[in-house]
Amino acid sequence: MILAVLVVPLLGAAFIALLGRWPNYRDAASVVTALSLFGLVLALVPRADGVMLDKFVLFETLPGLRLAFSIEPLGLLFALVASGLWVLTSVYSIGYMRAHHEEHQTRFYACFALTLAAAMGIALAGNLFTLFIFYEAMTLATYPLVTHHGTERAVHAGRVYLGYLFTTSIGLLLLAIIWTWALAGTLDFRAGGILAGKTDSTTVALLSALYAFGIGKAALMPFHRWLPAAMVAPAPVSALLHAVAVVKAGVFAVMKVIVYVFGTEFLQQTGLSVWLMYAAAATIVVASLIAVAQDDLKARLAYSTVSQLSYVILGAALANSAGVLGGSMHILMHAFGKITLFFCAGAVAVAAHKTKVSEMAHVGRQMPITMSAFLVGSLSIIGLPPFGGSWSKWYLILGAFDVAQLPLVAVLLISSLLSIAYLMPIPARAFFIREPGERPSQGVHEAPFACVLPLCVTAAGCLGLFFFAGEIYEFLFPLVQH
Amino acid sequence: MIDNQLPALIVATPLAASLLMPIFRSAEKPWVLSLLTTWAVFGMTVLLLLQLSDRSQSPDGRAVISYAIGNWMIPWGIELRIDRLNGFVLLVIAMISAIVTFYARLSVAQAVPQHRIPFFYSVWLLFITGLLGVAVSGDIFNVYVMIEISALASYTLVAMGQHENPKALLGSINYLVLGTIGASFFLIGVGYLYSVTGTLNMADLAERLKPLHGNRALITAFAFILVGLSVKMALFPLHGWLPDAHGYAPPIVSALLSGVAIKVAAYVMIRLVFSLLGMEFSFSILPTGPVIWVLSSLAIVIGSYTAIQQTSLKRLLAYSSVAQIGYIAMGLSLANENGLTGSLVHVFNHALMKSGLFLVAGIVSYRLGAADLELMAGLGRKMPFTMSALVAGGLGLIGVPLTSGFVSKWYLVSGAIDRGAMPLALVILLGSILAVMYIWKVLEIVYFRPSLDSARAVTEAPWSLVLPAWILIGASLYFGVDASLPSGLAEHAARFLLEQS
Amino acid sequence: MVVFDLYNYWVFILLMMIGLYTVIASPNLVKKIIGLSVLQTAIFLFLISLSKVSGGTVPITGPSAELYSNPLPHALVLTAIVVSVSTMAVALAIIINIKLTYGTIEDDEIRKTEGH
Repeated sequence: MILAVLVVPLLGAAFIALLGRWPNYRDAASVVTALSLFGLVLALVPRADGVMLDKFVLFETLPGLRLAFSIEPLGLLFALVASGLWVLTSVYSIGYMRAHHEEHQTRFYACFALTLAAAMGIALAGNLFTLFIFYEAMTLATYPLVTHHGTERAVHAGRVYLGYLFTTSIGLLLLAIIWTWALAGTLDFRAGGILAGKTDSTTVALLSALYAFGIGKAALMPFHRWLPAAMVAPAPVSALLHAVAVVKAGVFAVMKVIVYVFGTEFLQQTGLSVWLMYAAAATIVVASLIAVAQDDLKARLAYSTVSQLSYVILGAALANSAGVLGGSMHILMHAFGKITLFFCAGAVAVAAHKTKVSEMAHVGRQMPITMSAFLVGSLSIIGLPPFGGSWSKWYLILGAFDVAQLPLVAVLLISSLLSIAYLMPIPARAFFIREPGERPSQGVHEAPFACVLPLCVTAAGCLGLFFFAGEIYEFLFPLVQH
Repeated sequence: MIDNQLPALIVATPLAASLLMPIFRSAEKPWVLSLLTTWAVFGMTVLLLLQLSDRSQSPDGRAVISYAIGNWMIPWGIELRIDRLNGFVLLVIAMISAIVTFYARLSVAQAVPQHRIPFFYSVWLLFITGLLGVAVSGDIFNVYVMIEISALASYTLVAMGQHENPKALLGSINYLVLGTIGASFFLIGVGYLYSVTGTLNMADLAERLKPLHGNRALITAFAFILVGLSVKMALFPLHGWLPDAHGYAPPIVSALLSGVAIKVAAYVMIRLVFSLLGMEFSFSILPTGPVIWVLSSLAIVIGSYTAIQQTSLKRLLAYSSVAQIGYIAMGLSLANENGLTGSLVHVFNHALMKSGLFLVAGIVSYRLGAADLELMAGLGRKMPFTMSALVAGGLGLIGVPLTSGFVSKWYLVSGAIDRGAMPLALVILLGSILAVMYIWKVLEIVYFRPSLDSARAVTEAPWSLVLPAWILIGASLYFGVDASLPSGLAEHAARFLLEQS
Repeated sequence: MVVFDLYNYWVFILLMMIGLYTVIASPNLVKKIIGLSVLQTAIFLFLISLSKVSGGTVPITGPSAELYSNPLPHALVLTAIVVSVSTMAVALAIIINIKLTYGTIEDDEIRKTEGH
C-alpha cells in the first residue's frame, strides 16, 4: 500500500514521458495519476489512528540504515495536502501551460510527478535516512522545473536554488543525521524521540541548530534566498511546489525531527529550543518586511511564504501541544491559502500579462472571479475568520502563551498586521484603483476555465477548512499524546 | 591442485600475456588476448576470495592465504600473502581492469596509431601486472619492484596520449621524475627497515618491529616511506604530477590510473601504517594523524576548488581525484573502525565512479576529438546515454544518497564524529558541496547550452563504449543502494587491521 | 669522531642532495634524468654500505668464510639497478619524443611554446 503511493507517481512520470508526443493523452495521464494518488493516500487515512502504525522496509543499504516507511498523522496530513492539491494543480497547469505556449511540457509534467513521488517519500519516511534521500531527490527533481525556461536568468536561479539547498542539506543536515546516528545508534522516528537522555545539552543545542538550518527547504533565514530565486519557474510550479510540496516538505521535516527525534518533552524540559523560537520569529518579521517592499507579485508571495513557513517552525520550537498542533495545522491552512494566491498570480499573468503589483490596477474588473479568490486567499493567510488560517494562528498564539513567551505573541500579531500590509493592497488596487487615462472597461476577460476552476476550489477550501478544524485537530492529536 | 597456485597465477598470467603481445601485427588480436587475460584474472581473484572466506570459517579462523614463491621457505623466500585487506584491493584492481579493457578496443584504436597497438596492450597488461603484484606481495622489497613496474608502464601509457595532445609527453616526464623520486624515497625507507630488522617479509617485519618502537632509524624509515607513498598516491601537496598525467593520458589509461593506481599506493600506506608499524607507533608515538588531517583537508578543499576552474573534463576529473585521495587519506588517519572502513569503501566506490567517468570523458573525446567542456555544449540531447552516465557518476562524486559516494561519506563522517573531530566532518561535507559546483558546471554546459555548429552531426557513441561506462557507473549506483558487499568486505578488512595493530 | 665514523651516510646524503638539486634546478630534461640517476645511485651505495660487516669477506661459502658480508642487499641493489636502468630507458624515450614534438628539451622553452 505504501509502496503504491510511491510507485504511482513514478509510473505516472514514466507514462507522461512515453505519451509526450500526444499532448492530450499526456495531460490526461497527469490528471489520472494525480487523482489515483490522492485516492490512495485517502485510503491510507483510516490506518493512521495510532502513531507509527505501519513499518515497511524496502531495503537496507548498511546494517541499520534502511529505506523504511511508516504512516503517522503528520506525514499523512502532508501527503494528503500535497496529493490533493496536485490534482487541482494538474488541471490548472493544463490551462496555464497551453495558454502560455510553454515548451518542454512533457519534461515539465514528468518532473512534476517525480517531485510528488519525492514528496510522498518524505511524508511517509520512517526514519531520517529515508527522509534525507527523498529530500535530496526532491531537490534534484525540482531543478529542471526551476530552470524550465532555460534562459540565462533561469539557469542562474537554478544555481542559487541548488546552491542553497545542497549546501545546507549536505553541509548541515547530513552532518546532523550522521551525528544523531553516532549518538543514538538509530535513525528511526519514534514517539518521544530517540535522543532523549543520550547526550548533553550543548550537543543538543548544536544539533537542533544543524537541523533547523540544515533543512534549507524550511527557508529559515538566512537560508531563504533560494525560494525567491525559484520564482522564475512557471506559475504552477510556484503554486504547488514552492508554496506547498517543497517548502512544506521542509517545515514538515523540521516538525518531524522535533517531535520524533528530539521529542517534545525533552526539548521542553531542557528549554533548548528557545533560540529557535526567536530565530523563527525574526524570520517571520523580516521576511514580512521584505515582502512589503516587493513589487513583483510572485516575489512578494515568495517572501510571504518564507515568513509563513517560520510559523510552522515556531510551532515546532514551542514544543508544546498547542504549538505542535498549530504548526501542523498551519502546514495545511497555509497550503490552501498560498496556492490560491499563486494560482491567481498565474491566472493574471496568463490573461492580463501582468506580473507586478503596481500594474494591478483594473485587473479586478477584468478578472472578478480570480481577484475574489485572491481576496479570500489573502484573508486566510492574514488569519481572519471565517477562513482556515485563523485556527492555526489561534493555536500558535495559545502555544506561545503556554511557554510564557509574550514577545512571540507580539510577533505573531505584528506579522498579521504586516501580512495585511503586503497582501491587501493587491486586491484593493485591482478592484478600486483606475489608472488615469485608462479606457473605461474592456469587459470581463478571465483566464482559461482550467485555470479558474482550481483557484475557485482552493478558495472554497480556505473557507471550508475553518469549519473542519475540529476534525483536523482530532486527527493530529496523537502527535502530542506522549 | 591449481587452486593452490592462484596467488602466483594472478600475477603470472597478465605478465605472460604481456610478453606475448609484440608477436601480433593486427589491432584486434591483442585486444582479444588482453580481454581474456583480464577476465581470467578477475575470475581467479573471485576464486581466491572465495577460498579466503572458506579459510576464515576454518577452526583457527585465520583468513590468510600464504604462497611461497619457488617453495623457498618464508621469511627468506618471497611470500605472496593474501588477507582480507589485499584481497579487497585485488578485487578492485581485477574488476576495474577487466571492465576497462572491454572498453579499450575502439578507444585505443582511435588514440594510438595502428602499428603501435600491440605494444600498447603489452604495456597495458604490464601495468595491470604491476598493480596486482603490489597487492599480492607479502615482501616489502617486492612491493617496491612491483610499484616501479606499474609506474614505468604507466609513464609509457601516459606518453601514448601524445597522439591526441602532445602535452601528454610533458605530463609523462613530469610524472616520471616525481614518481621516481617517490619510489627512491620508498626504497630508502625499505633500506632503513632492513637495517634495523634484517628482514623484508612484511609479516615478519611486523613482529620484529614491535619492540623497536622509538628507534630513530625506524622513524626515519617511516618518514621516507610515507613521503614516497604520498607522491605515488598524489596526496596534497605532492599531487602536482597527477592532473597533467591523468588529464592528458589516453582515456582508458586515465581510468585505470585514477581509479586504481593511486588507490594501490594508498593500500600500501594503509598496510604500512596499520599492519607493519602498528597504530601505537603511527598514531601515538608519531603525530601522523594530525599531519594527515591537515594535508588531506587541504587536498579535499584545494583539489575540489581547482576542479571547479578546469576547462577540460578530464583535468576536472583529475583534480577531483586529488580531492578523493584526500578522503581516503583522511579516513585512514582517523584510525578507527568507521574511518578506516570509509577509507576502504571509498577505494572501491571511487574506483567504480572515477573509472566510469573517465570512460565517459573518453567517449566524449571519441566523438568530439577532445573532452573540452566548451565542446560539450548541448550534448545532453545528442548522447543521452553517455551524458546520463555522466550525471549518475557526478552525483556519486557529490555523494548524493543512493549513490555509492554517499556510503563512503557516511562512514567517513561517522569516523570523524567518533573521533570527536567535527572540523574534519565539516571538511568532508564541504568537499561534497564543492563537488556539487564542479559537477553542476559540467551539467549546465551539457544540458543548457545550445550545441556548437561543429558538434551538429554528433550522435550517440557505439554501445561497446557506452556499455562499459554504464556497467561501472551502474555498479556504483547499485552499491549505493545495497552497500552490503563492499562495506562488508571493507569492514572485515578494517577490523582485521585494527585487531592486528 | 663519531660523526665521521658513519661516513658512508655522509656520502649517501651528499650524493642524494646533488641528485635532487639537479632534478629541481636544471631546466634541461636530460640533466634532470642524470640527476635522478645520481639520486638512485646514492641509494644503491647506501644499501650496499649497510651490508658491509667489518672484517667480513665476500659472501661465498667456503671453509675460510666465517665472517662475511650480508649478501641480501647486493641482490636488492641488483634488482634496483634494473629498475633504475629501465626508468632511464623510458625517460630517454619520452625525451626523444619531446624533442621531436617541441624541437627542444629545455623545460622553460617548452613551457613558453605551450603558453604557460
